[in-house]
Amino acid sequence: MNKFRLRLYITGKTPKSERAIANLKEICKKELEGLYELQIIDVLESPQLAEDEKILATPALIKDLPPPLRRIIGDLSNSEKVLLGLDLSPVTSGNQRKDRGR
Amino acid sequence: MNKAKKNNAIEKTETGIEGFDLISEGGLPKGRTTLIAGTSGSAKTVFAVQFLSEGIIKKDEPGVFVTFEEPPEDIRKNVISLGWDVAKWEQEGKWAFVDASPSIGEDHVIAGEYDLGALLARIEYAVKRIGATRISMDSLGSSFARFSEAGLVRNELFKIAVAVKQMGVTAIITAERTEEYGDIARFGIEEFVADNVIILRNVLESEKRRRTMEILKFRGTSHQKGEYPFTVIKNVGIVAIPLSGIELKQRSSTVRISSGNAELDKMCGGGFFRDSIILVSGATGCGKTMLSAAFAAEATKNQQRALLLAFEESREQLFRNASGWGIDFEKMENDGILKVVCRYPEAEGLEDHLIIMKSIIRDFKPHRVIVDSLSALERVSTVKGFREFVIALTSFIKHQEVAGLFTSTTGELMGGTSVTEAHISTITDTIILLRYVEMFGEMRRGITALKMRGSMHDKDIREFNIDGKGMHIGKSFSNVTGILSGHPVFAAPEEIDRVRDLFKEA
Repeated sequence: MNKFRLRLYITGKTPKSERAIANLKEICKKELEGLYELQIIDVLESPQLAEDEKILATPALIKDLPPPLRRIIGDLSNSEKVLLGLDLSPVTSGNQRKDRGR
Repeated sequence: MNKAKKNNAIEKTETGIEGFDLISEGGLPKGRTTLIAGTSGSAKTVFAVQFLSEGIIKKDEPGVFVTFEEPPEDIRKNVISLGWDVAKWEQEGKWAFVDASPSIGEDHVIAGEYDLGALLARIEYAVKRIGATRISMDSLGSSFARFSEAGLVRNELFKIAVAVKQMGVTAIITAERTEEYGDIARFGIEEFVADNVIILRNVLESEKRRRTMEILKFRGTSHQKGEYPFTVIKNVGIVAIPLSGIELKQRSSTVRISSGNAELDKMCGGGFFRDSIILVSGATGCGKTMLSAAFAAEATKNQQRALLLAFEESREQLFRNASGWGIDFEKMENDGILKVVCRYPEAEGLEDHLIIMKSIIRDFKPHRVIVDSLSALERVSTVKGFREFVIALTSFIKHQEVAGLFTSTTGELMGGTSVTEAHISTITDTIILLRYVEMFGEMRRGITALKMRGSMHDKDIREFNIDGKGMHIGKSFSNVTGILSGHPVFAAPEEIDRVRDLFKEA
């Protein structure tokens, strides 16, 4: 399995941000133990990075690797959607992922 | 305008948009947010871009552009034809984009609660980074399509609107409308910025597009009311035409200038006034263009400059005809005395014609301006638009303190008036009528000075003819009545004597 490179954008240390971090870490631990790199970016501290990536809504998770690039918005409390967004959905196999819901 | 009175009141920021600052009596309320609402194609984005551009060009005030709709590359490209080099300003640190436009393939999965805090952080960052005092957000409504939770987006945008207000910058938010006359904006965005609302319209009226702007409200400060026509032109952008901003404060001169015809000068009590508007009315082919040409040619003698704006004939036709009256337009142009501009009335909208004419007058600085003919321009506009055009043009010419000679074609061959005259007769200082007179199976021509403001003038209707040297005015049609009504009747000499004696004191 390819290594996952993830970036999580948050805006300040709000409860929503904290929840997103905790949720993501839990999912990664379960599904991607030892197979991921995670970078957490606070938009308030590095607004230019948010500008470059055109981030509007936070928390926002971006999966750079493996391709394709995916964006997941929200506090990641819906872990089923997160897995779907990361192309890690247990139900669908590789070729059928195109028709995933939004 | 009356700044002293408003010391404690709301200050305004001059936008630099021509005409708008007059309508708004000084610009947009400073440090506040103004909603610009309009249907699609009503020049909202141009307004938003121009607000920042003029700030940079005229006042060196940096600005932030938040785009929700078009990507920055498109905006840079689109406005270059309006004369704004956004990319250059970006390099100079005077312009910053906050790109909130959707990009292709940018799909997202929503997995939980979110907010638009990142967007706000980016806007705040951009404002701080370049020290912006102006901000444009175009267009807020389109962000609704991006997220399914309309209620949440509304809340978030409202937060942003409030935050922008607190930043102390003067802001513009644009929003879509669905109808020209209906709700202020879609998605109820007007509630975010209830203070100031401007509506841009692009109305279809008898198959012609007419752009207008209206300041619906400026809370706590004054503005001109009603719709004002505006246009978007190359290298300039939006230009509004503030009709009620026009004041009747033209100085009146008693200096006379020659009409180019000694006999006509005599009829007018010694010539036209230097800064007057002269209307020459007549049926087709009765000598209006010839009179205009003579008026232009007179500039040669006085080392003046004349501008001839022709809407009926081509250059070649005009030059050929002029040489038939012994006037060499070509030489005059080479000497820099004359400038002839020929345009099709249909080439532009009337507002654009006005702006172009104004800029030519400003550049060439003529002493005499001739429009041949005003009635040709009438056909490209609505009645309302034409009236506004005439008022704006005459007042502009008067402000420049030059003489303006307009020709107007009457519909009927004999007698009659034209719509043009009805609109402009009260504005003009002098009206010259050229009329056909049917006499014994022959068409003769008559001329009379109907009106000559501020001066004595000849009340006779005189006969004139045209030859290779121009116009020659002869004797009056003293025994003909009913020329102006189009029904000439011959009166016996005894009858004329009787009428003359009627008012004599015994």
